[in-house]
Amino acid sequence: MGKHIRKMKEIGFFGKFDLKRIKPYGDSINDGKIQISFTLPLPNTNRATIAAKRLSKKMGLKDIDIVFQKSLESDFTFFIVYGVLVHSVDVSKVAMVSHQSKSMNMEEIDEFIREHLRRKVIVLGATTGTDSHTVGIDAIMSMKGYHGHHGLERYEMIETYNLGSQVLNEEFVRKAINLNADVLLVSQTVTQKGVHVKNLSNLVELLEAEGIRDKVVLICGGARISKELAKELGYDAGFGSNTVAEDVATFFVKELVQREKMD
Amino acid sequence: MKRQNKLNLDVSLIKQARAKARIIAHDMQEFINQYTTTTIERTICRLLGIDGVSKEGIPLPNIVVSNIEVDIGAAVFLGNAIIQTGFNPQEIAEKIAQKKLDLKKLPMGDINGIKKTIISLANEGAEKIRANREIRTKLIQTYGDKEGPLLYVIVATGNIYEDIIQANSAARKGADIIAVIRSTGQSLMDYVPYGATTQGFGGTYATQENFRLMRKALDEVGGELGKYIRLCNYCSGLCMPEIAAMGALERLDVMLNDALYGILFRDINMQRTIIDQHFSRMINGYSGVIINTGEDNYIKTVDAVEQGFTVLTSQLMNEQFALLAGIPEEQMGIGHAFEMDPSIRNGFLYELAQAQLSREIFPNAPLKYMPPTRYMTGDIFMGCVQNALFNIITKLTDQRICLLGMLTEAIHTPFMSDRAIAIDIAQYIFNNLHSISEELSFKPDGIINQRATQTLQKADELLSIIKEQGLFQTLENGTFAGIKRSKNGGKGLEGVYRKGNIYLNPFIEIFMERGVA
Repeated sequence: MGKHIRKMKEIGFFGKFDLKRIKPYGDSINDGKIQISFTLPLPNTNRATIAAKRLSKKMGLKDIDIVFQKSLESDFTFFIVYGVLVHSVDVSKVAMVSHQSKSMNMEEIDEFIREHLRRKVIVLGATTGTDSHTVGIDAIMSMKGYHGHHGLERYEMIETYNLGSQVLNEEFVRKAINLNADVLLVSQTVTQKGVHVKNLSNLVELLEAEGIRDKVVLICGGARISKELAKELGYDAGFGSNTVAEDVATFFVKELVQREKMD
Repeated sequence: MKRQNKLNLDVSLIKQARAKARIIAHDMQEFINQYTTTTIERTICRLLGIDGVSKEGIPLPNIVVSNIEVDIGAAVFLGNAIIQTGFNPQEIAEKIAQKKLDLKKLPMGDINGIKKTIISLANEGAEKIRANREIRTKLIQTYGDKEGPLLYVIVATGNIYEDIIQANSAARKGADIIAVIRSTGQSLMDYVPYGATTQGFGGTYATQENFRLMRKALDEVGGELGKYIRLCNYCSGLCMPEIAAMGALERLDVMLNDALYGILFRDINMQRTIIDQHFSRMINGYSGVIINTGEDNYIKTVDAVEQGFTVLTSQLMNEQFALLAGIPEEQMGIGHAFEMDPSIRNGFLYELAQAQLSREIFPNAPLKYMPPTRYMTGDIFMGCVQNALFNIITKLTDQRICLLGMLTEAIHTPFMSDRAIAIDIAQYIFNNLHSISEELSFKPDGIINQRATQTLQKADELLSIIKEQGLFQTLENGTFAGIKRSKNGGKGLEGVYRKGNIYLNPFIEIFMERGVA
């Protein structure tokens, strides 16, 4: 709970605020106001409007207000809808973990590697499969990095290989074997029909087939990647939006040291 | 278009930089002239009328080229076979596929006779392309061409029939150019798939039949709307000239066509693709296609503010390579992009300076301007505004080909609604700012002019270095996009052959005779 909200609650303003019944916030607590937009494969007539209202209702909206609709071409209509969400969720049992990173900084990470691993860490990264976007992998790996956080190329104790985009999983695995990589970073930015999930699973299968899955720290990242999804797909970690190189590096250096201890 | 000089650029410096780029391109041309490649020979087969696949699904041009000595060339072998057997090229290709004919086993006849036969056939092939060019010119004359920026949108469903639905929708909303994104990995395939295709990855295979289907669909919707809708595809990768030929035969209008892009971002061997690029550009030049160059991509991997001059450097070289292939300025869709970090103070002014710089240095080129991608975050509301700023610069600086930014960039391939929203916003901005560029002038020694001059100076310095060390060495050094490539590395070097004494490509003379318009 934020400090401000707590204070407002103390003075009784937020009588209705309840972690057991959290709802979207428009301009007052628990008003449940949301906006959605979608296209229907119907011409722009009253039939399309009724379809949009009924769908919105099924999605859990009441006080449905179709604020805008227009024809995309003769057979398709685009809608922007506001409404009040009837649902709420209970998050009173969910422990709060701050999004603020507790990562080491670049110097600390280099020092950590010198002290505990005593050799350079080899990191191989790529945007794999059909995705041609290098923005994610570059933010983590390239010298310049992202928002003032240098990428892994800048680290003295990390040797990096950024293969760029549209790298086939087979090629990625081959390179991982040739370079004897410690860490594999896979970026997926843009997806179409869930293809990123298939592609990420396929990489795990290939690594297992080659018998090197356990020899590498396998990490995926991208705006649509969550920790949960990563674990489910058999990755050691997954990083979403607002991740910087330090976050990723802190994870893998600790993981590598942990593994070394177990060996 | 009259050359603008709002930036108060040093005209002699532009001349000097251009002269250096010319020397770089001419040096490279000496190398190019000595070589042919397997895909160039397959292109010659296609232009001589060979199409289709074998029983096993192998394209006939590939079958013919694996049955010749590449250093002598497909034209000589086919010319000889025509004289010896009386069959036409397609029949010859089919017989080779059926193992009923072996080109290498035919006795080689008199070379002058072969030349005569093949040149007359080549003229017939070229005639088809010229006819297509005339159809385009007539249609554009009939409908009248749009002034101002052309709205370029992408379709990428993987299924040519679904692509047609999307393209239709976009055209009706106001799109002027439809680009069909290719399936992932096609640039690395050393053959061109055949027939209509319905399964691709992140895009749709470039095949001649897919080209034909989309062309027909766009002609139909264009007919209804009373305008000519241009079709764009990707003439890059290991089959660069073959795709140029297919595009010429099916009347495509715009082609991405840049060897440097393939070298840097697809790891295609630099020798192979520079040689391929030359012939593909000749075809594009002859067929009236606007080529798009890809230097806008450099600043997706390195900082756009620091490295903006590498874009200009590459533009100047690309211009010279295009001229050497007979492409007039009016067909040079020189590329650049709006890719600076949005948090930079005065970023808009720097972007404006870069875009105006391209406009002034290439006054007659239909410049291709690319929208923000690198700093699109998934915040679609902010994304709309980033795209709007890009659109404003497009209009302020008279760009010709405006690749519309999508609010969902960095999330997924565009929804139909994303495209429609992008078109509506662009049309609003272009109409609202209609005459702005005529009204606009810059402070003589203000931020914009200083930035432009600085970029030009740095480009000129880099061109001096490239002139000294050569383009191949420059690519090996990682000067562009921060990516290093080696001269003998990458894909496709095995398809490069030094031309033998009796080598002949009859199309070179035909395409170049038209000369620089």
